[in-house]
Amino acid sequence: MKTETDTKAVDINRNIGDFSYDVAHAYDAGTGLSEKTIHYISDVKEDPDWVREFRLKGLKTFLEKPMPTHWASKDLEAIDFDKIRYYLSGGTQAKRTWEEVPEDVKRTFERLGIPEQERRFLAGVEAQFDSEAVYSNIKKAVGEQGVIFVGSTEGLKNHPEIFRKWFGKVIPIGDNKFSALNSAVFSGGSFIYVPPGVKVKHPLQAYFRINAENFGQFERTLIICDEGSELTYMEGCTAPKFNTATLHSAVVELVALKGAKLQYITVQNWSENVFNLVTKRGLAHENAEVKWIDCNIGSRLTMKYPSVIMKGRKARGEVLSIALANDGQHQDTGAKMIHAADETTSNIISKSISIGTGRATYRGLVHVPKHLKNCKNNTECDALLINATSRTDTYPAITVRGTGNAVQHEASVSQVSAEQIFYMQQRGLTEAQAMSLSVNGFVNDLVRQFPMEYSVELKRLIELEMEGSVG
Amino acid sequence: MKELRVENLHVTIADKEIVRGLSLSVPCGQVHAIMGPNGSGKSTLAKVLAGHPDYQVTKGNVSLDGENLFELEPDERARRGLFMAFQYPSEIPGVTIANFLRAALQARLPEGEELDATDYYAKLYEKMELLGMDRAFTSRSVNEGFSGGEKKRTEILQLAMIEPKYAILDETDSGLDIDALKTVAHGVNSLRGPSLGILLITHYQRLLNYIVPDYVHVMVAGRIVRSGRKELALELEERGYDWAREEEGEMALTR
Repeated sequence: MKTETDTKAVDINRNIGDFSYDVAHAYDAGTGLSEKTIHYISDVKEDPDWVREFRLKGLKTFLEKPMPTHWASKDLEAIDFDKIRYYLSGGTQAKRTWEEVPEDVKRTFERLGIPEQERRFLAGVEAQFDSEAVYSNIKKAVGEQGVIFVGSTEGLKNHPEIFRKWFGKVIPIGDNKFSALNSAVFSGGSFIYVPPGVKVKHPLQAYFRINAENFGQFERTLIICDEGSELTYMEGCTAPKFNTATLHSAVVELVALKGAKLQYITVQNWSENVFNLVTKRGLAHENAEVKWIDCNIGSRLTMKYPSVIMKGRKARGEVLSIALANDGQHQDTGAKMIHAADETTSNIISKSISIGTGRATYRGLVHVPKHLKNCKNNTECDALLINATSRTDTYPAITVRGTGNAVQHEASVSQVSAEQIFYMQQRGLTEAQAMSLSVNGFVNDLVRQFPMEYSVELKRLIELEMEGSVG
Repeated sequence: MKELRVENLHVTIADKEIVRGLSLSVPCGQVHAIMGPNGSGKSTLAKVLAGHPDYQVTKGNVSLDGENLFELEPDERARRGLFMAFQYPSEIPGVTIANFLRAALQARLPEGEELDATDYYAKLYEKMELLGMDRAFTSRSVNEGFSGGEKKRTEILQLAMIEPKYAILDETDSGLDIDALKTVAHGVNSLRGPSLGILLITHYQRLLNYIVPDYVHVMVAGRIVRSGRKELALELEERGYDWAREEEGEMALTR
């Protein structure tokens, strides 16, 4: 049973995230994107030449690629890349203790409850403020096992032999327009390496905070779990409400070597001015497991399809996702499962909730080539519509060739009916309580599979969303 | 006086008048049965009292212990002490009976007060035993995939847990076999007492053999046409609703 204190430990709500303190940045790349922007960023970060070249190639690819409006939302055209600020920081060296973090930045994270969560149940925390990690620390016992957990800037500088080997390999520059953009201006994000056989018991957490207006956050996360190791990583995100568009375009690359287990949890709670265009992909080697737990709340438009490439025999991939599209929001989310070896199995469970004029889109891709044997995929996607104006679309693409493979796909659309709400009201629940209980019921079987701290947080976030949505 | 009081109630749905000048009083501590043929407006009456949004009250008053019900939302009525056991209860996928009832009881506590989990489960298990329900039932989603009998039992379980001042039981006997009917009746009878008023709505006299009412009202075409002690139910059983209809016709002529 969940106790009251557990709930409070992870109580991050929309309103708590909606604030910003004025912070003077020592480094500011200015507005707009050009080669000059890239050189500015590379100079500040003291990038090696190969990274500078990588960035310039990213910029070129970004400019060449068309906006994917032919299959995705036309709303992407509303992003004015000339008005965005691409790099803002107070320095590139993250602090190891909260005391060292500048006061004006620290109070933001204190208000979000990050240091408290760290004390309660985390093995390590990284806190990114606009472009750079301002704090990064790992519990001593975990560090002594050889686990590396630093910001990507620091990872690149201090661990080039591991970093360079895997960086940009799972998600190449030209994967899509926004991965190219990230490749050009990336900054921040986590770099994690878990040595062979090391099982990290408590989650590592990164918190991404956008504080500045007209800003673009482009963190780049790279996680490598060496053979037989285990890790749970969690990211949280918030931004204050601004009237202008804010861009968040991350790239996350995961590598699970033979027999490793890697679980990546996202509980994002963006304000409704954020364009959230993120590329996430994991590579699972033999008998390894990559699992994405992805909760998308808030933002103006989210486009995110966590993927797993099952490269080795008996590799497993899983995506469990929940998307909540409130009034005026579009959650365009899904999953991709690329089977590239025999006996690989994948599982996709996606639940979406559309409220008011909110729109939830599911895009799924399952690929099993002809020469493979004994591959399995299970896909379930369920949509819940709250109002008559709510919208949901499903675009599953499943290509399964060959005879020895099994695929199962189930989809459903349901509605919270007026009768159901009346029934619950007759038991004494207010309309908002009734709605929120129905929605929590809808996601319940999925949320039960999440680590407890995050399932409690997610339920609270859903309740807060529902409170605002009922007259 | 402590009572659920209906005065000259008129109700329409889609411009059709369903309840046409109905008056009734259920004092706290009594059991009143409303019997009537299909389409007489019995279930409409129940839903209007509970505050269903589809119906328009065009005339009349309903009060609960003197308070005007029509000024209250359905959930406020419920929290003031009005309960309705539904004829067709809704399914709530993914929400367990235990969580649903817990939310319902929590909603009745003052702001900032938390329901005691241990006491809650003790009470829940006690009431389930009374209704012959297996404990495993608490982890099933409310009404999802339930048989007719299970749904009705769950309604009575909610009644027992919520402990309202007045309960309307809308066709609680429909779809029940004789064993299930006896169990449900046993549950209701055990809740009878000076602090609960019950309005039993039924088409058949059968239920009244097991839950013996203090008063019986016969409803035809949106009005109460006869009221009497429990013997009226037997008379009605013997002579049929046509007899009551004739009465209604006579009343109309002599008015």
